[in-house]
Amino acid sequence: MTAEGVETIIAARGLTKSFRVKGGETVHAVRGVDVTVCRGEAFGFLGPNGAGKSTTMRMVACTSPRTGGELTILGRDPDTDGVAIRDRLGVVPQQDNLDEDLTVRENLYIYARYFGYPRAYCRAKAAELVEFAQLTDKAEARVSQLSGGMQRRLTIARALVNDPDVLLLDEPTTGLDPQARHVLWDRLFRLKQSGVTLVLTTHYMDEAEQLCDRLVVMDGGLIAAEGSPAELIAQYSTREVVELRFTPGEQAAAEDAAAALAARVEVLPDRLLLYTDDGDETLAAVTAAGIAPLSALVRRSTLEDVFLRLTGRSLVD
Amino acid sequence: MRQWRPYFVSGLVEAVGGPALYLLALGLGMGTLVNRNGSAALGGASYVAYIAPALLCAAALQIAFSECSFATFGRIKWRRTLWGITATPITPEIAADAHVMFISTRLTLSAVLYYLVLLVFGVAGGPAGVLMIPIAVLSAMAVGVWILALSATIDDDAAVVFNLVMRFGIVPATLFSASFFPIEQLPWVIRPLAWLSPLWHGNELARDAALGGLSAWRVALHLAVLLALFVAGFVVARHRFRSRLAS
Ligand SMILES: Nc1ncnc2c1ncn2[C@@H]1O[C@H](COP(=O)(O)OP(=O)(O)O)[C@@H](O)[C@H]1O
Ligand SMILES: [Mg+2]
Repeated sequence: MTAEGVETIIAARGLTKSFRVKGGETVHAVRGVDVTVCRGEAFGFLGPNGAGKSTTMRMVACTSPRTGGELTILGRDPDTDGVAIRDRLGVVPQQDNLDEDLTVRENLYIYARYFGYPRAYCRAKAAELVEFAQLTDKAEARVSQLSGGMQRRLTIARALVNDPDVLLLDEPTTGLDPQARHVLWDRLFRLKQSGVTLVLTTHYMDEAEQLCDRLVVMDGGLIAAEGSPAELIAQYSTREVVELRFTPGEQAAAEDAAAALAARVEVLPDRLLLYTDDGDETLAAVTAAGIAPLSALVRRSTLEDVFLRLTGRSLVD
Repeated sequence: MRQWRPYFVSGLVEAVGGPALYLLALGLGMGTLVNRNGSAALGGASYVAYIAPALLCAAALQIAFSECSFATFGRIKWRRTLWGITATPITPEIAADAHVMFISTRLTLSAVLYYLVLLVFGVAGGPAGVLMIPIAVLSAMAVGVWILALSATIDDDAAVVFNLVMRFGIVPATLFSASFFPIEQLPWVIRPLAWLSPLWHGNELARDAALGGLSAWRVALHLAVLLALFVAGFVVARHRFRSRLAS
């Protein structure tokens, strides 16, 4: 991915992070991560809770020193150039940390001041980002009066005060209702279109599919696979999936018969997934075999199927 | 500093009302009782004049405690604003410095107000009494920096820890550091405990500024103890901020 003329923004080789916790035990949160992110890309870390996504993001954000491996951000080493790197990053943490006593505008203004810009510049930047966050009529409202989605938009806007070379987003839409998520995706998509390099983590496969040009599937502190959403689906899943749901207790009886009808069958607690290149044909075969599910559904493969294939588990539990 | 603004008015009322109340209750009430029995043990000063410098120092310590404990811990754990700040070019060390500067400024403003109230009551001592202000700030921050370090260290049991510090640190220190009576009145076995109290060093200095009476070398000694405590605590606090915010 480091073709000529493409600038590498983040390069990690064998990146690890361990925490010593109370009681003397050591938690190996990140066990060896290799990633390369280029300018202008939208890059994602897709993985379930505890995969090590936030820990990786904090190392990239230069707020958590790595335990081992190599890490270069914007051509510099976080261990020695943390301040200079942070000057060029935008960081959206998993948990919002806005100043709830201040207004929307004040939050943006103060944050810009931390980067050392003159007051007039900070005022102008705050005004511009209030617009971007679609909070114009809430500009003078205190953060504590905003909804979760609005606070999240403000956090993203705040991360843009320094026109960063790369925007790091740790689970940008977790905990938001569907409508708020779509508004947020729209903002992020706009940023992507304007050429901002995005690095995000998520445990939502639809978010990864919507926003990421390229992603890694992360599990247990390691990278399980890498590619574009389409590449990953092509490599680790079939084109289509037949989902069969049964009345409780009747699924077990159908498992053996179903196994013969598809290249691969995943058995979940509440349904069977038949992986196939032609869903309708397979569904016909299911009916012909006398299998009588409560409901049947033919759909395209998603990153969820990729994750299931790679780890044997679901992304969201 | 920005977080202080909403509390300005209530802070002002507290800053002026608090000292006035203490002076009236303790000074005028107990003072008449004490003065009737002669004030030789107080070095000849009236009781109100004796306790005034200590009240100033104790008030500064109270404010330092609340700013360095719950207020700072909240910015780390509950509101998490310090994590946002240290994601910028601001380092944890600079954040620690900013806390010390902000809290010292707030203490200075409160001490000035307190001093003005003492002036109105005529118990602020001579012109050198104005030195009570920096002395109170220094002795409060000599404790405050250690509480900052504590705030950056503790996690879930913060409320318990802070209450322990208050109950077994701040309160006894306020009572037994020659605030309301000279430590010579204490049994000799527990007198050395008062020597350990930063507030005692502060009280002695503040009282000397207002009323005089200490030799130069004792002034130097008290100052040295407070400065050493402050510098050491500051260094520790900066380290604790880094290990907490960049772990
Ligand atoms: N500061 C820390 N101290 C100890 N363990 C931690 C710390 N941060 C994260 N971990 C552990 O590291 C693992 C990965 O956590 P995290 O990076 O937050 O995962 P994710 O963001 O993918 O949910 C988890 O087991 C978590 O408990
Ligand atoms: Mg996380």
